[in-house]
Amino acid sequence: MSTAHEVKTGTVKVYSAGIRAWHWINALAILVLAVTGFFIGAPPPSVPGEASDNFLFGYIRFVHFAAGYVITIGFFARAYMALIGNHHERAIFWPDFHKKEFWDGALHQLRWYAFLEKEPRKYVGHNPLSTIAMFFAYTLAMIVMILTGGAMYAEGAGMDSWQTFLFGWVESLVGDNTFFLHTIHHVGMYVILLFVMVHIYTAIREETMSRQTMISAMMTGDRTFRDDRED
Amino acid sequence: MSQTQTFYDMIRRQGVTRRSFAKFCGLTAASLGLAPAYAQQISHALETRPRTPVVWMHGLECTCCTESFIRSAHPLVKDVVLSMLSLDYDDTIMAAAGHQAEEILQETLENHHGEYILAVEGNPPLNEDGMYCIDGGRPFVEKLQEMAEGAKAIIAWGSCASWGCVQAAKPNPTNATPIDRVIRGKPIIKVPGCPPIPEVMTAVVTYILTFDRLPELDRQGRPKMFYSQRIHDKCYRRPHFDAGQFVEQWDDENARKGYCLYKMGCRGPTTYNACSTIRWNEGVSFPIQSGHNCIGCSEDNFWDAGPFYERLQNINAFGVEANADKIGAATAGIVGGSIALHAALSAVKRARKSPAEDTKQKETENA
Repeated sequence: MSTAHEVKTGTVKVYSAGIRAWHWINALAILVLAVTGFFIGAPPPSVPGEASDNFLFGYIRFVHFAAGYVITIGFFARAYMALIGNHHERAIFWPDFHKKEFWDGALHQLRWYAFLEKEPRKYVGHNPLSTIAMFFAYTLAMIVMILTGGAMYAEGAGMDSWQTFLFGWVESLVGDNTFFLHTIHHVGMYVILLFVMVHIYTAIREETMSRQTMISAMMTGDRTFRDDRED
Repeated sequence: MSQTQTFYDMIRRQGVTRRSFAKFCGLTAASLGLAPAYAQQISHALETRPRTPVVWMHGLECTCCTESFIRSAHPLVKDVVLSMLSLDYDDTIMAAAGHQAEEILQETLENHHGEYILAVEGNPPLNEDGMYCIDGGRPFVEKLQEMAEGAKAIIAWGSCASWGCVQAAKPNPTNATPIDRVIRGKPIIKVPGCPPIPEVMTAVVTYILTFDRLPELDRQGRPKMFYSQRIHDKCYRRPHFDAGQFVEQWDDENARKGYCLYKMGCRGPTTYNACSTIRWNEGVSFPIQSGHNCIGCSEDNFWDAGPFYERLQNINAFGVEANADKIGAATAGIVGGSIALHAALSAVKRARKSPAEDTKQKETENA
């Protein structure tokens, strides 16, 4: 593991193949879930013909549930990778909130985005600010989405299903009226969508303006530093 | 009032034949979702077991539970009230009043301690020491706790007793409280609904009487046999939901065709009740069948989960009322705008620094 004082230079391996695969599968799943989820909340115009000839809403819900399973299993796979992976892979599950340099770095990054710093610092993994965003708007939001989504799915699966066994308690958490689950899940979608917007923007911006590669790092797993100067 | 009489003795004396009695047992078994063999158990219980004393109390409520109960068809409420049970006390339909009625309550508490079933309609308000509901000269909550102490089991009739219902909706000025929060250490069976379905009410009573125990309850204390599925799961309009055919407006062609009311805010998908199977008024209809969406009256907090005619619930924060989509669209707009602005500023910054900075960087790289 690299220490903070070592000069970051050249090309380093940062994301394993598993992490990269997870990232892109996750991105696709979020897209599918957001689109189908939006239609579940606000259904498209009614289809003509007999009910027995159509299954549009059924398919939309099926795709949503299937993508939901993918993202949930992916989440646990990612958590496992965090457990066995390196420091950068663990960052979004277990941020260095207890370290002073973490907060110092976050402030510096914030000042960089506010055009108050001439240049950003170099990081092998996520910068502290993005780690904070990932932790709250992705990791924690994802846990809320999995719990509320699982609880709603359990409603359809029935009271004696394993889904109810796993997620039934969430109902009582939101006040014994499962309508609130829908509301929370809906707000959660927006939280994740806002995160995606900021995530994509900063990734593109930092790809062009920072001192290290961003997008290609999530493609190839290697991060290249553009200069040899110190942080 | 003779308490040792059985249900069977009673109806035989009323001129009901053994054959009709057997039919009644069969029907009751069927309505409870039990196997045919249970009909014999029911008849055995009704023949041998002394009628169970029931005390029916009323707190803060509208009496719609009683109105519902007296309309039960299977079994007929006449049979339940006059024969199966010994309804010792029910201030709405009893003949006695005033001190006489209070005496009956005390008698039951003393003579049938640990044997009677306490049925509670409505709930106690706790603010101002319970002064918002005075029953027989003292706060209802006191009377309720006193009677609960000697009860074998307690039935919470309706959404008031189970959840709090309308009087507990925000801001809940009287602090109306569901009964399970003021009664401890007694089995409470919740039969929510505003009101509950009459057949569900009588069936629950019949079950307790027949088997001498509470039916299997779910996580929230409701009998599983009636509350384990959502209205949506057994709704006859469900095929339209799966097909993607929805009523868009109350007076449109789709409403005439009987499409799904999901878009109109139907709470069927989040409401646990038996309306879509047992239905109302002897199985004639239920809200969705008559073209109106389910408002989720048997769910906790349903008054505060409005508007009833919107798919999305209102969210109140900082005194502003909006729904998830409005909040989401607004924040997405703000964040999107900020990103565009920030991107523009970044481009300006990059364009400005270009020539000079680049040579400087090259110098350092060469050095």
